[in-house]
This record gives sequence, structure tokens and C-alpha cells, in this order.
Amino acid sequence: MKKGSNRRSFLALGAATAASCTKPVETSESGAHMRVYGERSPQETSARVIRELTASPGTGSSRTPLHEIYGTITPSSLHYERHHSGVPAIDPAKHELLVHGLVEKPIVLTMADIKAFPAFSRTYFLECGGNSVGDQQGTPMPTVQGSHGLLSCTEWTGVKLSLVLKGLGVKPEAKWMIAEGADAGRMARSIPMEKVLDDALLVYGQNGEALRPEQGYPLRLLLPGWEGNTCVKWLHRLHFAVEPAMSAKETANYTELGKDGKAQIFTFVMEARSVITRPSGGMKLPAGGGLHEITGLAWTGKGKIARVEISTDGGATWADAEMQSPVLSLALVRFRFPWQWDGKEAVIQARCTDETGYLQPTHEELVAVRGRFSGYHYNAVRPWRVAVDGTVTVA
Amino acid sequence: MALWAQGRPATAEEIKRRDLTVFADGRGLPVGKGTAARGQGIYKEKCAVCHNDRGEGREKQYPALVGGIGSLATDKPKKSVGSYWPYATTVWDYINRSMPFDHPRSLSVDEAYAVTAFVLHLNGIVTETQELNEKTLPQVQMPNRNGFVPDQRPDIKAKRNR
Repeated sequence: MKKGSNRRSFLALGAATAASCTKPVETSESGAHMRVYGERSPQETSARVIRELTASPGTGSSRTPLHEIYGTITPSSLHYERHHSGVPAIDPAKHELLVHGLVEKPIVLTMADIKAFPAFSRTYFLECGGNSVGDQQGTPMPTVQGSHGLLSCTEWTGVKLSLVLKGLGVKPEAKWMIAEGADAGRMARSIPMEKVLDDALLVYGQNGEALRPEQGYPLRLLLPGWEGNTCVKWLHRLHFAVEPAMSAKETANYTELGKDGKAQIFTFVMEARSVITRPSGGMKLPAGGGLHEITGLAWTGKGKIARVEISTDGGATWADAEMQSPVLSLALVRFRFPWQWDGKEAVIQARCTDETGYLQPTHEELVAVRGRFSGYHYNAVRPWRVAVDGTVTVA
Repeated sequence: MALWAQGRPATAEEIKRRDLTVFADGRGLPVGKGTAARGQGIYKEKCAVCHNDRGEGREKQYPALVGGIGSLATDKPKKSVGSYWPYATTVWDYINRSMPFDHPRSLSVDEAYAVTAFVLHLNGIVTETQELNEKTLPQVQMPNRNGFVPDQRPDIKAKRNR
């Protein structure tokens, strides 16, 4: 390859090839140049579905395309979002975590301070307490992305909060930690000390790189198995106190109104749940039947999923699905089930049991106990109807 | 055992400046005062654009501040600041830290008391001239003060065989 004038045309060829890699690559073509930060093929278009709720940008939610995710890990770019006052742009060099209240030594930690602690990594699911609110109200979204998409699973890296607190002299009368974020609305939640000292993390990494801004860059509180709202993003203040703050988000929101007019408060743990992601609402199988792999996800905020069962006859009979190993505690489990479809109308569904023996309820069982207005923490079984022509809808 | 890096000591000034926490018993409330009469004008200028003139709300996204008191146990429950929020201090705290939505923490302390009073007045909870300050605000009893119970779960016993 001659250098000089040919180099420019070679570079141009590379750029043109990168821009138009829809054409088949022959064995004689080198393809595009390498990129310092990779991207997927333009043929791949799996995306979040965004629902912005206000005129100001970034408030609302975006839902993970669960039906298109492989395995158990959610790519960082497809992780779900729920923001109550947008996504702030924070300079990590200036970001400070203030730790105060009932501590002997109130301190300020920089990101460098936090990263100097021994690090800890683990794969955990994260789910919004308000995932599937529509289902609870009787108006389920037609696709699994719409109904279950406020759910993701990634490997988080950070430091155990219990380690950070050693030596700060948290006073024995401190029963709560109020965690506040640096978002525009300064969202705050009160966390019981038991969880703080158990497995709470200050995380700065996700899937091997820094948190994305929409996941709380540069610092987030991560409470394994707990509703996403408690995992305060853009974390900048920890206030140790005798009582909870009774903030707006833990009273007006993220509480569940029951049939008797009383509402449950401080409902932290996400209960066991499973859903078939393929085939699921909005998809179409080839008509006439055939062998298909039913697949989906199961998870529980109480530890490990013990069992996933599938029914393909409207709940009359059930059989165990295979769970991809290793089954991790507090992470998504991928289940698979070969289904010989006879081409007739069928209702397919998954249900899970977790290590505590808790069995995922049906919608009817849930509503019988909680009524129709509890909203959050809806974890019922989701049946799908496969029609004779192969279209899949909510059953 | 050796301790890892511990940052730098927080100064009293920065704690005071950054500590927004307000507790239900009123601790954390700054000295200040306001009435619904005073709050009406501020609300009209800064709040009504989203929450509507009398707190009815707009569309689904801009929540209603008013309505539904006593409805929570019926088959048409309506949640609003007046019908559902358990503490008046929470109302002050949320207005102070998060509102107006596109310009949070722009209200002065007295303005926050005044707007809180106006929102509570719209709900019939305080009078137009009742002064809300750091001492009287925590004494306001919200209609749903006793409407919350701790986590009752696991509460659903699913049946294996139907």
C-alpha cells in the first residue's frame, strides 16, 4: 500500500465502509477502522422505550427491551431509567459525599476517597417499585417491555457502605440513614440501619465501566433486592438519624394503598417474580405450530430463585423450566423451556418459587389481597395468549 | 485494624448549608413564617402553571394537590396532598427542596411557608390567616396522619394447585 496520496483515499474508503456496512463484507475487504469506544452494528436496533412525563427533559422513565436481551446481563445503554427530576450532569472531580448527623466524625468524601477503599463487585437486578403499575390497575401494557421493562440486571462495582462507616462512629441511637441525591429535586429516601450495615453499597461502576449519568454517575446507593427508588442516584449526602425523614417519595409515593384505605409504607424488598419474554405480547410466531423455545427471566429480592415452572395449557398443568446456571442470589435468572406448539390457541405462562418457599401469585390472588389501587410492587404471573395465527397478546 | 481513607472533616457551615432534612416533629425546619393569604400570590405566579388555579392538577403528569379527603377506603380513592400525605412537614420539605419543578429551591424560607399554607388551605386544612412557622407547622394534623401501616408482606399465599 503506497503511503502519501493513497493514504487519504484509504482512510476515506474505511470511513465509507463503516458508514455503509449494510453491504455484505467479502473476504477481500478489510472492513471499517477500529473505534476507541465500540458500537454495535447498525443492523441492531434494540432500544429503550421512553416516556417523558413533563415539559422539562429527562423526567419519566425508559424501559429495557427485555424481549431482546440475551442471557441475564442488561447492557448499560439499555438499562431502565426512572427519574423524578431529570438527569444531572455532574463533574466527578467536584462531587462530594457529605456524611453527617448521628456520627462522631462528620466527613466529606470525594470520588477519589471512595475509590481508595477496597472495591466490591456483584451482579444484582434492579427493579422499579412501580414496574407494572398498569397491570395492577387492570390496564396492562401489550408488550413485556411496556409491562415489565423497569427491570434490569448488571454487575455493580463499589465499596461496602459498612466499611466506609467504620471509624466514623455512627452512634447507636441512629436507626435510619437518609440518603439524598444531587438531582434537581434533591430526592431523598430513608434507609433502615440494618440494611445499611448489611449489604448496602456505594457504587461507581456498572458492567465494568463508570456508571452512566442516567444510572447515577458518579455515585449511587445500591441496596440489593430493594426497590429502585431507594437506590438513590447522584448520591451526595448521608444523614444518620433516629427517625426516618418521611420524605415525599416514601410517603406520597412508593406506598401501597390497600382495600381498607390504609397504605403500606417502607415496602422495600422486591418480591419473587418471573415473566416469559419470548414469545411475548406483540410478537408473531409462524402459524401452524412448531418447536419453540419459551424463555424468560425470574428474580427475587429475597435471595435465590428455587424453581421456575411453565404452563402452556392455561394453568392446568405445569412443568419445570431449566434455569441457566449459575443461579445467583439477587440477580436475574434466565429460564428456558422447549415447547412443541400444536398450532392451536394456547395460553402460556411462567411462575417462580424463591428460596423462602414463596410462590409467585396470580393476578387474581394479588388483587384479592391488595385490592385494585396498591399500584407498586405488583409481581403477579403474566399469561400470554398465542392465537392460531401465531400472534401473541396479553391473556 | 488500619482504617482506609476517611476524607476530610465536614465543617459546621457546610453541614448547615447542605442539610435539607426536615423531620415530622419539625426538627430541621428553618425559622420563618407564612400564611395562605400571602401564599396565594406566589402560588398563582409560580405553581398554578402546572398544578392549576385551585390545585386541581393538569393532565396526569402535574399532580392534583387537592381532593379526595375521606375517599381512600372507597372504590374511587383519590390521592392528593390533602387526602393522602401524612405530614405537613413533608409538604413544606417537598416544596422547599423540589419546587417549583423547573427552578427548585428558588423560594425563600418564608415563601415556602406561605405556599405550604396556601396548599393546605386549598385542602381546607388551615385557614387563610393561620400562621405556619417552624413551631406551628409540625402541629398541623393532616387528614391521613394515621393512614399508613408498616410492610405487611408476604401477604399473598399463592395456591400451587388450582
